[in-house]
Amino acid sequence: MAKTLYDKLWEQHEVLREEDGRTLLYIDRHLLHEVTSPQAFAGLRAAGRSLWRRDANIATADHNVPTTDRAAGISDPTSRLQVETLDRNCQEFGVEEFGMLDRRQGIVHVIAPEQGLTLPGMTVVCGDSHTATHGALGALAFGIGTTEVEHVLATQCLWARKSRNMRIWVEGRLSTGVTAKDLVLAIIGQIGTAGGTGYAMEFAGPGVAALSMEGRMTLCNMAIEAGARSGLVAVDQCTIDYLRNRPYAPQGEQWEQAVRAWRELHSDSDASFDREVRIDASHLVPQVTWGTSPEMVLPVDGVVPNPAQAPDPVRRAAWERALAYMALQPGTPIRDITVDKVFIGSCTNARIEDLRAAAAVARGRRKAGSVKEVLVVPGSGLVKAQAEAEGLDQIFLEAGFQWREPGCSMCLAMNADRLEPGERCAATSNRNFEGRQGTGGRTHLVSPAMAAAAAIAGHFVDVRELS
Amino acid sequence: MEPVTVVESRVIPLDRANVDTDAIIPKQFLKTIERKGLGKHLFHDWRYLADGTPDPTFILNEPALANAKILLARENFGCGSSREHAPWALADYGIRVIIAPSFADIFANNCAQNGILLIPLAPQEVEELFVACRSGPLQMRVDLPAQRVHAPLQAYSFAIAPGTKEKLLLGLDDIQSTLSHRDTILAYEATRKREAPWLFQELRHG
Repeated sequence: MAKTLYDKLWEQHEVLREEDGRTLLYIDRHLLHEVTSPQAFAGLRAAGRSLWRRDANIATADHNVPTTDRAAGISDPTSRLQVETLDRNCQEFGVEEFGMLDRRQGIVHVIAPEQGLTLPGMTVVCGDSHTATHGALGALAFGIGTTEVEHVLATQCLWARKSRNMRIWVEGRLSTGVTAKDLVLAIIGQIGTAGGTGYAMEFAGPGVAALSMEGRMTLCNMAIEAGARSGLVAVDQCTIDYLRNRPYAPQGEQWEQAVRAWRELHSDSDASFDREVRIDASHLVPQVTWGTSPEMVLPVDGVVPNPAQAPDPVRRAAWERALAYMALQPGTPIRDITVDKVFIGSCTNARIEDLRAAAAVARGRRKAGSVKEVLVVPGSGLVKAQAEAEGLDQIFLEAGFQWREPGCSMCLAMNADRLEPGERCAATSNRNFEGRQGTGGRTHLVSPAMAAAAAIAGHFVDVRELS
Repeated sequence: MEPVTVVESRVIPLDRANVDTDAIIPKQFLKTIERKGLGKHLFHDWRYLADGTPDPTFILNEPALANAKILLARENFGCGSSREHAPWALADYGIRVIIAPSFADIFANNCAQNGILLIPLAPQEVEELFVACRSGPLQMRVDLPAQRVHAPLQAYSFAIAPGTKEKLLLGLDDIQSTLSHRDTILAYEATRKREAPWLFQELRHG
């Protein structure tokens, strides 16, 4: 029978299945960070349990770490305790950790693919919803809670129910200046933040095949913003080229053997999907969110909508709330919205390609005087080193942007990087929820190029019109 | 984990769609290394004014609903971050049942781990309950064994996966039962090691 990529990955990891469909799924790779793991390790300790398979686990601190002077340590005592607790837990249980001063440290969803710790055909989990990112490599990857983190540590398995299959088929190619971020925002705008709930979401079609691995990761990263726990892209030559010679990728004969297996990781041509959505990438323009849910998104040439025109009463109420929170009036052109701060970073958009796109816009320009702060936060120490080798840091600094140390930073403001109440931000991250970047802060989600363009202009502009 | 069987309580009508886990428990409370004590921070940014006093317009602060155990909300409740701090905060506050048209997947899993029963009802049924709440505090009886919700003027059946139902009824934790399948897991691993040895490489420990 014809199978989808998700069907194949699921079947390869079934340890046992109960009559009601509840399945014990084997987990190949478990990523840990400081926020969602302390209670799991404490649970193991309290029950006197040990790790099922130590080398399935890899840890890093990313959410709480400062993006300024690392050597000075963490000044917030609760953040420091959480990071030190991770260090202690990893030491006690023997888990490999990229600590705060390790140059391989970074956002967990950036470093695992970068190191070859995520491989096609793996099941990958992490106590973090953006684990969906790793599906870009043809891995079945999804976020879990802390009780499940403890369960994976102790058993290397998870109880799960199979999701339904959904395919997002992308026709055409993105035009210059339009990115995977714009594509995924447009998809979420089309299907809504619950559109993928209960599905594994495969991205396919010519528009996806044409994307780089970085672009595919951006796409899968935000599958969760469409409600899908997992995003997926089939393995192709681009995937294999990306992984060759990564530090933890297989070598020699084992590499050849692995590549042969990986080439099977695609949906069969006659596989059927429970739901299929089509989108044409070729006519897409850069996207900007206007509200407090990623589905509240518009093309940059749009105007803020009027709740009176909402399709139903529930959405009308949500739009009214969002406009009040965002301090926006219906009918305001997106281009007239000014920004106080700009954040370029996060597991969505802090890879080298993202920084190159932002630098291409910033080169030879200066941030607007009205913009208080532009943070550029690379996704990992290695992304940072690569950017510096290419001179991108100098371009940012000359433009008046700040060049920081790697971490989650102002995507969720658990460290010192945050919005103050009422501040408005162009952000390359993934969530524009109320208070996400700081209590009372207002977030507009955009691509790295669009964020850099907003920093230069002081308001949203179509990056394609910057000459 | 505390079992859930029959829950009788007034209902907190939180008339919002897409309530995300950032709203349920904002990030500044995720720095804890404990599971307990998050109830006082539940819905923090909606529940408290800037000076830290309760916002009287927020439904959770309605005196008649103090100690209510049932929350009513709109579609896609619990979307966003996977933080289990969200169900920890709800459970610590005393919420045992949430009724909504739909729930986010990861949040639903996390609730099952923490003795919180999620009841998906049709949007129209949820609307009827919201309407009923408008004329004063609504008392409700949720019967998990019978899979029924009873309000004074309405009663609905709800669906729940048998495994989740049993887990909630008995207050079961998974690890012990999973470890009873130890030999099956080991056999799976042995097969996979032959088929895909690259999945089992040792990491270099520094």
